[in-house]
Amino acid sequence: MTLIDLANPTRFLALVARLLPWLAVVTAVLLAAGLYLSALAPDDYQQGATVKIMFIHVPNAWLSMFVWGIMSVASLGTLVWRHPLADVAAKAAAPIGASFTFLALLTGSLWGRPMWGTYWEWDARLTSVLILFLMYLGLIALWRAVEDPTRAARAAAVLTLVGAINLPIIKFSVDWWNTLHQPASVMRMGGPTLDKAFLIPLLVMAIAFTFLFLTLHVAAMRNEILRRRVRSLQMMQARSVSSDVSPGGASGQIAGAV
Amino acid sequence: MTALGALIRRDIRIALRVGGGALIGVLFFLTVVVLMPFAVGPDLVLLTRLGPAILWLGALLASLLTLDRLFTADHEDGSLDLIVMSRTPLELACAAKALAHWIAAGLPLVVATPVLGLLLNLDAVATGAVALTLLAGTPALTFIGMIGAALAVTMHRGGLLLAVLVLPLSIPVLIFGVAASQAAIVGPLPFGAPFSILCALSLMSFVVGPFAAAASLRHGLD
Repeated sequence: MTLIDLANPTRFLALVARLLPWLAVVTAVLLAAGLYLSALAPDDYQQGATVKIMFIHVPNAWLSMFVWGIMSVASLGTLVWRHPLADVAAKAAAPIGASFTFLALLTGSLWGRPMWGTYWEWDARLTSVLILFLMYLGLIALWRAVEDPTRAARAAAVLTLVGAINLPIIKFSVDWWNTLHQPASVMRMGGPTLDKAFLIPLLVMAIAFTFLFLTLHVAAMRNEILRRRVRSLQMMQARSVSSDVSPGGASGQIAGAV
Repeated sequence: MTALGALIRRDIRIALRVGGGALIGVLFFLTVVVLMPFAVGPDLVLLTRLGPAILWLGALLASLLTLDRLFTADHEDGSLDLIVMSRTPLELACAAKALAHWIAAGLPLVVATPVLGLLLNLDAVATGAVALTLLAGTPALTFIGMIGAALAVTMHRGGLLLAVLVLPLSIPVLIFGVAASQAAIVGPLPFGAPFSILCALSLMSFVVGPFAAAASLRHGLD
């Protein structure tokens, strides 16, 4: 089955119905294994048990950027190939990416409270993730500002691609700004190398979160397709009602034409 | 070429005549700067230290305020459709419109900077540095903002949405604009490094802005 076959939403929905239970099971197993390994991981000699926040925090941070990459590819699909599923994929990914970014910020600040003594530090990494979060919110606002999904899709695709070009620049400039304003006063986590005892649970958690994203994304795409069907059914219904009311109503004709 | 020249001349003339609203941006800039001492107190030492940041923030907000009109007026009277359908490449037409907008709305901000520098107790070097960085940086604000303006006009929504979309993208310009001004005033960095990056940001926005705006106009207008 090629990508172009999936342009038919019915075929995509059939594939999702078969795929989704398996994805959910794999996600659950991986998450359980990752959490178990994280719980078994030893405490850090310096950070104590708070180091375990890392096992949640790092996968979230990794996904916050990965999801923007997925949306950029989907936006190319919208603008270049006009693939009908591409804008569904881009729209479904935005709230999920925003949630991962928010969780990365939240877990980061919960880790920062015992480690740095403050919930928020204008550290370069924190700041650029916060800007990423703002851009996710702007993108969601753009999706919500237009009623017609295809029009919103093209505008959002342009913004997503501009964001993909700009995000590395923003990251670079925030790094510059940070080194300019505060000399290295912040202790970096991780140290020189990450011990294997931490690395393996972290990798398992990262894979588990990636599968979690895939599961949520596919489910959200299904919901979006169904939502659009409901919308067009409602519009057809409204049209047939209005033509019934008007003199010489031709509801059957219009319904047949649609 | 003549078509683009005519477009630039027309846009400047419309922006500067009665009802054009380009110079309201300068008035807004002045008002923001005058408001600052009321917020932080009339302490001249503090104002001198914050001066470049205040001027840059004011210029950023003022250029954002006027961007709303970049495509909306043309969309309302239908001339935007003519520009989209004309034989001139839409990317170049967008670049011409942004250039005209910068001359009418961005350049006056740079010209007003020395006067506002006096209010903030900036000396000649500091005022010159801020004016120079604004001269190099405001085109980037206009060309990045043009993307937001094009998105907003295709959706018949302007104002707040435009600000939400454009402001995160203009963070690098703000960082390097203020960094270059501060480098010229207090050091310790050389002025050249952040200033060159600021110029590079402007040059990059000349490329990205017109293409993104043209893409959004072409796909978005119906």
